[in-house]
Amino acid sequence: MKDVLTTCVYCGCGCGVYLHEDQGRICGAFPSRNHPVSRNNLCVKGWNIHEFIHHPARLTEPLLRKAGHLTPVSWDEALTYTATRLTEIRDQTANQGLGVLSSAKCTNEENYLLQKFTRAVLKTNNIDQCARL
Amino acid sequence: MTNSINEIAQAQVILVSGSNTTEAHPQVARRMFDAIDRGAKLIVIDPRRTRLAEHAHIHLAIRPGSDIPLLNAMMRIILDENLADDLFIEMRTENYHALRDMLYQLDLDETAEITGVPLAKISAAAQLYARAQKAVVCYCLGVTQHICGTNNVQSIANLAMLTGHVEKEFTGVDPLRGQNNVQGACDMGALPGHFPSYQPVNTAEYRTKFEQAWGTELSGTPGLSLMEMTHSGPQGAIRGMLIMGENPMLSDPNLKKVEATLKNLDLLVVSDIFLTETAALADVVFPAASFAEKTGTFTNSERRVQMVRQVIPPLGSCRSDGEIIMALSQVMGYDMRYESMAEVMEEIALLAPIYGGMFHDRIEGCWGLQWPCWNRDHAGTSFLHKYYFTRGRGHFVPATHEAAAELPDADFPFILNTGRVYHQYHTGTMTRQSSSLNREASEALLEVNPQDAARLGLRTGDWVELSSRRGSATVKAHITEQVAKGSVYTSFHFPAVAINLLTSDARDPKAQCPEYKVSAVRLEKINP
Repeated sequence: MKDVLTTCVYCGCGCGVYLHEDQGRICGAFPSRNHPVSRNNLCVKGWNIHEFIHHPARLTEPLLRKAGHLTPVSWDEALTYTATRLTEIRDQTANQGLGVLSSAKCTNEENYLLQKFTRAVLKTNNIDQCARL
Repeated sequence: MTNSINEIAQAQVILVSGSNTTEAHPQVARRMFDAIDRGAKLIVIDPRRTRLAEHAHIHLAIRPGSDIPLLNAMMRIILDENLADDLFIEMRTENYHALRDMLYQLDLDETAEITGVPLAKISAAAQLYARAQKAVVCYCLGVTQHICGTNNVQSIANLAMLTGHVEKEFTGVDPLRGQNNVQGACDMGALPGHFPSYQPVNTAEYRTKFEQAWGTELSGTPGLSLMEMTHSGPQGAIRGMLIMGENPMLSDPNLKKVEATLKNLDLLVVSDIFLTETAALADVVFPAASFAEKTGTFTNSERRVQMVRQVIPPLGSCRSDGEIIMALSQVMGYDMRYESMAEVMEEIALLAPIYGGMFHDRIEGCWGLQWPCWNRDHAGTSFLHKYYFTRGRGHFVPATHEAAAELPDADFPFILNTGRVYHQYHTGTMTRQSSSLNREASEALLEVNPQDAARLGLRTGDWVELSSRRGSATVKAHITEQVAKGSVYTSFHFPAVAINLLTSDARDPKAQCPEYKVSAVRLEKINP
């Protein structure tokens, strides 16, 4: 059982929130008392932030469309298929045919890696995210 | 934001434009209420009577899309009342004469007429704002999601510079960022024209720096923006897409076009934590780890870079998006291996000047650091533009009224506006899976003014067929004076009412931001 301080994943306020873990499950959330934004307060989304984490609908294995259906496959198969197809399309379209959407919900490091991947490997600047939506 | 969130509580006048702050940014709204308790005055510019507008000392209920005439009228009144900050204009800005000339040609009565707000009210607001010593402007998507969004923002900047309301603590211009890390995603260069830290891709000097760091050749041609990709059409230039934690099948305007584009791609790869509407169309779906299962940083609206800490290992065989990208890069023959996210941050600090002093070991030990943070010894920056603007002098750009792309007419007589509700978040991928939040708000409601409702014979709870030139949706009516006569309002969180089937994909030519706030629609009561 432990409480870990992290940053809320909802709006741009960026509250400091503690996640309460018990036997490998996140079962509660409460605000940081001294965090400059949250100051011992959370909105309703923050108080209930733990509820989606263990939801049974969470994706837990890679899926590949086979004969029209998304079918569970290994990471190796999913990654190899994706890499092969991305390479083919990149080369066939002279680096013009691929587009990437990054995420305003992912971390800075992940956004950095994805734009690096897009520019250095896919050889395009076609990358954007939902900042305007 | 040029200020920090806590500074808002100390302002004397707060001007809020196009932000439903109590629902979308609860902590910012809290600071506004704190300020009011201390005697501050609140001005709200919003076509809707939001909860915040009910607390406003002056509520300017403008017609949707008339922000520029309103701000121009305010600035003209400030000139007429001799309230402009001449010293600030002289020392810190340029092109002032262009703005002044435009304002002096303005017919105030005519301008007020366009906005639908009495001139006396505009004048009171202008004087209140200009006379304050500490005044902040908070704005949000109600300002930007118009075809003239860039000019709307520019007009706010004009107003702030005209009165010298920048450069100081408790004083500035604060765009509220909608999502937890939208600021960071932009900072990190997830933008078609910029490397991390807003370094343009088409400037050779910056490109060379990144080519050397990454050991490969890079393209100097700016890429396509989100809507140019998702609306490129079935025969468009985009043949394959990689989407990480985004759900354009619910969030983008004119969804039929998005669906036609995504369904006809040769390859669609989606990485997400749930099987979203977009992931359901994919050829490959990667199961991603949630924020509780990984380490990294988010940057909030006040530019504060904060730790996200791993609490539990990833569920099932999930992997964090960072690991997925590294693995994919490895298979494609480009070596992208990092021991930890802290190591990725070191590379960011090296290449992105505004993040130059951001290191995990530093951020770990405090409540995060606000950029610009130039080096390891820099304490971060709580408010921007002290002594100088990023570009040197503040540039006035006069803007004139531009009507919305689609105005109501005989066939589609209502203006549809869309937004968010307190209990849900964006496309609801996470919040709709939360039972407590769903108990509070589980379906979209269409807000209709009582006068319109009486004419249409509508009562709260009645079903309405809502249609535009692009599509239609069936939605439950909620009769309320929050919306003005002739306007309706609903949220875009729920796939059962995919309101973006109806919204206009007209967009601002510079920012590429779609005009979500004005679409012409028709209402028909459905008889059970």
